[in-house]
Amino acid sequence: MSSSSRLKIPVSKEDHFQGPESAPLVLVEFGDYQCPYCGKAFPIVKRLQGALGNNLKFVFRNFPLSEMHPDALNAAKFAEAAAVQGKFWEMHDLLYENQANLDAESLAGYAKGLNLDLEKLNKATESGSVERRIEADFEGGARSGVNGTPSFFVNGIRYDGDWAYGPFLSALKRLL
Amino acid sequence: MALLKEGTKAPDFSLHSTPDQKVSLSEFKGRNVVLVFYPADWSPVCGDQLALYNEVLPMIRKHNAEVIGLSVDGIWCHLEFVKVRKYRFPILSDFEPKGATAKVYGAYRDHDGTSERALFVIDGDGVIRWSYLSPVGVNPGVDGILDALDTLPKKETA
Repeated sequence: MSSSSRLKIPVSKEDHFQGPESAPLVLVEFGDYQCPYCGKAFPIVKRLQGALGNNLKFVFRNFPLSEMHPDALNAAKFAEAAAVQGKFWEMHDLLYENQANLDAESLAGYAKGLNLDLEKLNKATESGSVERRIEADFEGGARSGVNGTPSFFVNGIRYDGDWAYGPFLSALKRLL
Repeated sequence: MALLKEGTKAPDFSLHSTPDQKVSLSEFKGRNVVLVFYPADWSPVCGDQLALYNEVLPMIRKHNAEVIGLSVDGIWCHLEFVKVRKYRFPILSDFEPKGATAKVYGAYRDHDGTSERALFVIDGDGVIRWSYLSPVGVNPGVDGILDALDTLPKKETA
């Protein structure tokens, strides 16, 4: 609720992450695949990863605003199901690169492009574990002071600053 | 103006949620209530705040709690706001006399003529158990509300 809002569920091995496990900077994004602001943040995070290299670990958690974005939950389930086949980040990136097309047919196309077993993938989206994971991400986010999407946490503390590339990079570098 | 604090009896009110329907706080006896004062319909920040509450409604209702939004906007403005944003909780019009409910809760901004961005968690006996004044431009999120609800009984108390 204030700038001291803290991540209630610490980053763990269960999280989807990129970068070294014990990097000095840990950036957690709570995102929604259909949220246009998350779409804007997507290339910015990529640039931050490029600029900070091994100093940055990036974690993505689900915060689908299903009332506002009718395809968000489905897309989140699809990415989590892709994770079961070891392709979470590939799917995550494809979804953000193709935000305007998150209908079932388009999703199936992305799965094909990644050589995923679509039948297995669809089965996984309906499994309780995928649903529970998304719910746990969402509830943990709400409990941590996520107040919209995207919400960022840097080393466990909500980042309320400007997340345009320049100011975000400077803020992260100051912590190194 | 200071917000009413924890331990204070929450003043009752009866305000329009639609042109021919009123909602009173006393109707919620036995249930917890999250009272959300916000400055104005359609301002981008409160849209986000209320949208978040719309999304977390199932988490809030698990605590035997209901959300009520209030602003000084007129009922016709609220109707359109609720319809477009698909809010699933009542939004009340604190319009005539303007801001009267906000004033008794200590959540009125005299210089702006709007309510503050203020949150109250009220228990089933009508007692304020938590209140929070957010800077007007900051979306306070829902963590404080959930923490406060955690301390209250989840079951019907009255």
